[in-house]
Amino acid sequence: MAEFGISAFGAYVPRLRIDRAIIADAHKWAAPSLRGAAKGSRAFTSWDEDAITMAVEAARDALGSGDGAGVKAVRLASTNLPYADLQNAAIVARAAGLPASVASSDAAGSQRAGTSALLQALKGSEPALVIGSDNPFGKPASTQELSFGAGAAAFLVSDENVAARLVGSASVTEVFVDHFRSTDAGSDYGWEERWVRDEGYAKIAPAAIKAALADAQLAIGDIQHFVMPSYLKGAADAVAKRVKFAGTVAGGLEDGIGYAGAAHALLMLAATLETAEPGDRILLVGFGQGADALIFQATDAIKAAKPARGVAGSIADALPTDSYLRLLSFYDGIAMEWGMRSEKSAKTPLTEQYRSGFQLEGFNAGKCGSCGTVQFPQLQYCVRCHAPREQFEQVSLRDQEATVLTSTADWLSYHPSPPLWVGFVEFPSGARVMMEMVDIGKDGIDTGAKLRMVYRIKEKDRQRGYNRYFWKSTPVGAA
Amino acid sequence: MATGIKDKVAILGMGCSKFGERWDAGSPELMKEAFEEALADAGIERKQIEAAWFGCWGDGINVGNSSIPAAMALRLEGIPVSRVENMCATGTEALRGAAYAVASGAVDIALAIGAEKLKDTGFGGLPPPFKGTFNDMWMPMGSAPAGFAQLAPYYRAKYGTSKEDLKKAISHISWKSHQNGQYSPKAHFQKAVSMETIMNAPMISDPLGLFDCSGVSDGSACAIVTTPEIARAMGKTDLVTIKALQLSTSSGRETQTNDWDGSYVANTRVAAARAYKEAGISDPKKEVSLSEVHDCFSITELVTMEDLGFSDDGRAVFDILDGRYDRDGAMPCQIDGGLKCFGHPIGASGLRMAYEVYNQLLGRAGERQLASPSVGLTHNLGGVPYQGIAAISILGLH
Repeated sequence: MAEFGISAFGAYVPRLRIDRAIIADAHKWAAPSLRGAAKGSRAFTSWDEDAITMAVEAARDALGSGDGAGVKAVRLASTNLPYADLQNAAIVARAAGLPASVASSDAAGSQRAGTSALLQALKGSEPALVIGSDNPFGKPASTQELSFGAGAAAFLVSDENVAARLVGSASVTEVFVDHFRSTDAGSDYGWEERWVRDEGYAKIAPAAIKAALADAQLAIGDIQHFVMPSYLKGAADAVAKRVKFAGTVAGGLEDGIGYAGAAHALLMLAATLETAEPGDRILLVGFGQGADALIFQATDAIKAAKPARGVAGSIADALPTDSYLRLLSFYDGIAMEWGMRSEKSAKTPLTEQYRSGFQLEGFNAGKCGSCGTVQFPQLQYCVRCHAPREQFEQVSLRDQEATVLTSTADWLSYHPSPPLWVGFVEFPSGARVMMEMVDIGKDGIDTGAKLRMVYRIKEKDRQRGYNRYFWKSTPVGAA
Repeated sequence: MATGIKDKVAILGMGCSKFGERWDAGSPELMKEAFEEALADAGIERKQIEAAWFGCWGDGINVGNSSIPAAMALRLEGIPVSRVENMCATGTEALRGAAYAVASGAVDIALAIGAEKLKDTGFGGLPPPFKGTFNDMWMPMGSAPAGFAQLAPYYRAKYGTSKEDLKKAISHISWKSHQNGQYSPKAHFQKAVSMETIMNAPMISDPLGLFDCSGVSDGSACAIVTTPEIARAMGKTDLVTIKALQLSTSSGRETQTNDWDGSYVANTRVAAARAYKEAGISDPKKEVSLSEVHDCFSITELVTMEDLGFSDDGRAVFDILDGRYDRDGAMPCQIDGGLKCFGHPIGASGLRMAYEVYNQLLGRAGERQLASPSVGLTHNLGGVPYQGIAAISILGLH
């Protein structure tokens, strides 16, 4: 039987960052004690980002220049999936350019959804793309609001070019309720942190770790990296100490990201793999109603497996912001007056969405079989020579680096993150498309600036609770 | 071989309501004002009208779709009434329908009426449009100023125009229209505004400030057309005839290919070339006495001066600042205040432009009357510079 391991990986963290001190400052009238925990910055999703859009970006980073042709399954883990009944993973798979022949499923319901999905794929029998993507919401003035962040990590699991082998694993299941969130609740209800740490993490995680070491026929001293996420400060160190681990305890990515829910274990694993040396053994723990423990060993392929962006690149590609109310508005924590223009119906005709999916999902332009003109959208006839669409070859604009031809900051249109930046974008293939431009800093964007494509929420239908997704452009950043 | 409609259609009468924030009137009342003036001007009775074209843009905020609201408002008994909609080119489209009906010999007398009630929305500006089930899936929902503002960077890049010079020129356009609006009793805005106020107004969509944007107004305008022979037989001595009526609609070249450089409106150039040919005009700079163009935004008027051949390419900034299009200039433009000051009730605007040219040609323009104009041009632009409809009419003395 072929041995499955991690062949490739990638990450995405929303560019938007805010210093925790700004959040704490907004709450100082009611919760002055937050000040003490207000260190560094956290990431937060823009109004048009969610677990689906972040997952697409992480998946693209993991797939790199490959087309994902060998991928047979897509597993999306999150506890903040936009849809309760509409498979989120399917939307991700199609936007990431994966073929209709893939299997897909969502994994949810626990903070260890990410590690469980990864473990399942590693124990499976076919190449799979496992993505953890999350943007947990902490109530205003809660410690969670400070510690939470957002992000996604994706892993390609296969038996080719394995960069990290799974050498042992174990899971335990316990109904230990450190916190919960009912299906229709907006935020978590958590129990006393000391109990969660001492009775939960410190006892349940070691049981899983011990079993995983036994499975791998290793001792704790054989492990170089201990990777365990927690929204509780100090939990990882406490568990590492309990199991007598003497190596490197992976940092919690507090500065620049923040605790990213069910995605966090996978983000931390990706960050660890980015610096791992061949031969290094990594112990990954996912906690929540029990624990998963996975032991990996990096191979010689690890160096070549590093993603274009990864976690380090994502952290570096930051757009600092300075308004707490912006964060609150983007997480629907405040009902802003957006004016009557915002009343326009955003109802999506699902019939049209399905009909036009072939060009909208993967941002496919048509290359005219007669004159070669690349054009988006694909209408009935070629824009230049009028040859029928049936002759078009499908060319995705998704991964082409484009250029700003024109741009305008529109303060008049309704936009949840004003101003709306809009303009013509030109692609190296010759295609020209009027597009929205997102994550634009204070200095705006000029003609000639380089753009990359990102999958985002085009419009939110708040009346019916449905998001329409499409591609937008964003300045090529530091990554 | 088609010969066009030059001199096949005469304007028998025209009318125009007071434009502005007409809190007192809906579209039916506005249409009544324009219709009664046109009937009186034409010297005919309602029952002599054999066909009508009704132009209005916004079904959601106006009278609803179809021609029925116009037929009912004006009690047009049993005649064919068509409703046309071509965005901001709707008014000229209505005139085109009526003119073609007469030119074809199908009817002797036809009516074109455009009306728009924009001030029933509850807010300033235009309601965001529905762009179609497919387009709404991918096309950004930018506002009209955002669409037109994008002409600026490309115009500047192409001709090496500084930001300051362009801002000065577009401000002069609005300044000139406000100067003219003072003498236009039916205009929405009738006050002169200083260059300083215009240049320092709040930004709407860079480089367009508040005074670079046309008014959002209610209004209606109306034309009654017939053949020159019938007009003469009815005792009309001074006749204004249609010399050309042309329209050009985008097929996607500007938005989907690299053919267009963003600094002009391609459709206007196509429609203008055809209109000049139809009218037999070889040198518009010399042969056109005045124009009413689609100054939805000041930058649009600037590029339109070049698109219509009134200024050489790259020279509009200088011609504008030299006063060429002012009321005392060589080619007065927007002598009634234009969309900027007369107002822009979308479906009525094309007919309002024709109304001013018609009155100027007949010497009936009161305080703003120009010295013996003989040929006037109207230019209506629907949509946005990169995807729109340009409609041009040329009217002249017969």
